[in-house]
Amino acid sequence: MTRRLPWPLIGGVTVAFVLLHLPVLVLIAFSFNASRYSLAWSGFTFEWYRVLAERPAILQGLRASLLIGLVATLLATFLGTLLALGLHRLGTGRLRRNLEAALYFPVVTPEIVAGISILALFALLRVPLGITTVIIAHVTFCLPFVTIVVLARAAGMDRSLEEAAMLLGAQPAQVFWRVTVPQLLPGIVAGALLAFTLSFDDFMITFFTAGPGSTTLPLVVYGMVRKAVEPTINAISTIILLVTAVAVLGSELLRGSPLSRKGEGDRG
Amino acid sequence: MARAGWRLALPGLGWLLLWGGIPLLIVVAYSFMGRGIYGGVERGFTVEAYVQLLDPLYLGIIARTVLLAVMATAGCLLIGFPMAYVIARSGRWRRVLLLLVVLPFWTSFLVRTYAMIFLLRDTGLVNSTLLALGVIDTPLDLLYTPGAVLAGLIYGFLPFAILPIYASLEKLDPALLEAAEMLGARPATRFWRITLPLAMPGVVAGGLLVLIPALGSFLTPDLLGGAKTTLLGNLIQGQFTTGRDWPFGSAASILLLAGTFLALTWHLKRYGEGGHRS
Repeated sequence: MTRRLPWPLIGGVTVAFVLLHLPVLVLIAFSFNASRYSLAWSGFTFEWYRVLAERPAILQGLRASLLIGLVATLLATFLGTLLALGLHRLGTGRLRRNLEAALYFPVVTPEIVAGISILALFALLRVPLGITTVIIAHVTFCLPFVTIVVLARAAGMDRSLEEAAMLLGAQPAQVFWRVTVPQLLPGIVAGALLAFTLSFDDFMITFFTAGPGSTTLPLVVYGMVRKAVEPTINAISTIILLVTAVAVLGSELLRGSPLSRKGEGDRG
Repeated sequence: MARAGWRLALPGLGWLLLWGGIPLLIVVAYSFMGRGIYGGVERGFTVEAYVQLLDPLYLGIIARTVLLAVMATAGCLLIGFPMAYVIARSGRWRRVLLLLVVLPFWTSFLVRTYAMIFLLRDTGLVNSTLLALGVIDTPLDLLYTPGAVLAGLIYGFLPFAILPIYASLEKLDPALLEAAEMLGARPATRFWRITLPLAMPGVVAGGLLVLIPALGSFLTPDLLGGAKTTLLGNLIQGQFTTGRDWPFGSAASILLLAGTFLALTWHLKRYGEGGHRS
């Protein structure tokens, strides 16, 4: 900091930050408002959360979201980590660079196109839509994120530790499980948390790939929002926000970027 | 070593190819086929679906989509740049401010869009507040308008613009600005001649990160817009659900995809490797 920022700039940016968060904060606040129809605050209540527990559609949605989120996260993390390790070992040649660039292809493909295209494949293969198709689709869009996060971690990995272990007579499997994986673990967990967030939040791709028994929470919320605005939607939204916020915070802390890395710089 | 690398990479690459790559090829193929009676496609080769896109009705939707997406991008950059600038120079506040950008970056887009409905509807917070203050007598029609869609897109995608701009501003060497100042450059000159040009890769990357999802947006126009704000995303979704015209939906998807990749290719050519690092 060499110079103070001008006050109008700070003021304007403060307003922008408030506006960026106000809608969600208002939404959360009104999930605890006793009045059903009016926006006037008429007392604090957990009523809407209690109502949620009585609706089978919502409970099933939560179950489907958690099940799909967990299975998709496990698969995406496994495949994504292997892919990252593979790419890491391919060195820094042209091929590796091209493959790494190709990872961004699914990331930047418009979600709606990803959704309809995988639907087209399922239709062609005559796979009935359901929980399996949703999981396959979720693994597909989560996998590149895991790979990118783990690859970033692998780039900072100390190769000499693996070499030392090999020189000391460790078997390849031992080196992998006792040297490589522990070093990558923060990246793997961060990638997994990110994958879970993406899966748990996803609406668009789930919309096209869901069938009986795979109506996830976001699909339930979408259906409710289209009908009417009611405080129970605020309550589910608050739960979704809470789950994803925890996962995102965990992922950011483990990745050490960009938040904590900059923080360390500040402290140093 | 390289062979071991291939073995590890293969399952993941295979998965992405099978469930990500091949589906896109199918969509390309479908876009050149005829419409099936009960959804699906009829075999054969035709460019009918693409010709259909040239219908004034659909050209209008495409133009509206591009216009709204460009406006949303401009809005996000105009609001996001000063935010990124302040974050980059906020010293010990930086972590907190970054967190305040990263959280909405990852949290549910659907929930955030619903939050906009909650604010903008007739009995929403904005209208109730204005009514209570006596500024207006009857609620304003805020929801189901193009303005609501634009606001929703800017609100939804703003974090996408801030983060890359922040990344490039953070790398900016303060010594350059000090040198310029000692040589007599005024603050405005320093901004236009040093800060902005050096932040340009971040601005362009941030712009693309807003433009691409905005072009393909479905939820925002679906929930915040009315019948007159049908965008390309709604058109595609309709063809694969109620419309049951898969070839036409596929052609519209290919158009969207082509636009996306033209923009990205241009970006990679212009800004090279730095493109996806930020």
